[in-house]
Amino acid sequence: MSLDHYLVLSALLFTIGVFGIFLNRRNVIIIMMSIELILLSVNINFVAFSSYMGNIDGQIMTFFVLTVAAAEAAIGLAILVTFFRNRATIDVEEIDTLKG
Amino acid sequence: MVADIVFYLFATITVVAALGVVSAKNQVHSVLFLVLTFFTTAALFVLLGAEFLAAILVMVYMGAVAILFLFVVMMLDVEFSTLKEEAVQYLPLGIAVGVVILIEMIVIITQVHVEHDGMVAVAGEITNTMEIGRILYTKYLLPFEIASIILLVALVGAIVLTYRVRKRPKQQNIPKQLARTRAEAVELKKVASGEGAS
Repeated sequence: MSLDHYLVLSALLFTIGVFGIFLNRRNVIIIMMSIELILLSVNINFVAFSSYMGNIDGQIMTFFVLTVAAAEAAIGLAILVTFFRNRATIDVEEIDTLKG
Repeated sequence: MVADIVFYLFATITVVAALGVVSAKNQVHSVLFLVLTFFTTAALFVLLGAEFLAAILVMVYMGAVAILFLFVVMMLDVEFSTLKEEAVQYLPLGIAVGVVILIEMIVIITQVHVEHDGMVAVAGEITNTMEIGRILYTKYLLPFEIASIILLVALVGAIVLTYRVRKRPKQQNIPKQLARTRAEAVELKKVASGEGAS
């Protein structure tokens, strides 16, 4: 099992994440799940390099990615709940109140 | 050899589950596919020798983040069918962009050869968790503290965003009722004939 296998898997996950944003570009919840997939692919890259290079720093970096991802999910979903309460929709096209 | 089979098994499940996340008709199914993706990734982390991160992934991602998503999906009563209708329209563009990104990445991965000495075995007595703990509390102490501040800010921010003061329905205050005396509650008035009480 070589490093390339993990990198290709990570590239596949990243692509699926980007693809998901295009496919569900009106539904904020699925877009946020796609972002989680993208962050997960980054984590796989970090851990694979860390493991094959014999350097633990990559795994530490994964910690910080996990922290920021958790914070992002919490804040994003809180904004989503507030938005849904005010407008009764989660359609991305409707989120245009700040448009000039 | 066995490790190869295990890798391909889990990698396939990961990719299929990730495709399920983005293409499921029902959003609850999407979240459950996300949980499956996280779990198989945790298995791959074990394969890579990162046991502690695998445990963190199961606990934090499956236990907290995915359940948070599940709560929000179930709490918001959205008609998903209307949101799905226009999805087909973006399918060709999405596939085009995805294929381009994938091909570019795979070309780079296969062309650039990274020098490495194969998977590095865990050295003797020191376990993965101990190694992470040693470096996290020495070299990365400041980033670790900053990460805790980020989590605190996220916690406070989420509460501030979703908290709303609601108007309370009128309630009975029993101690206040019982504390009333006859002197302050009832008053005797002398009403002049033909004028009425003021």
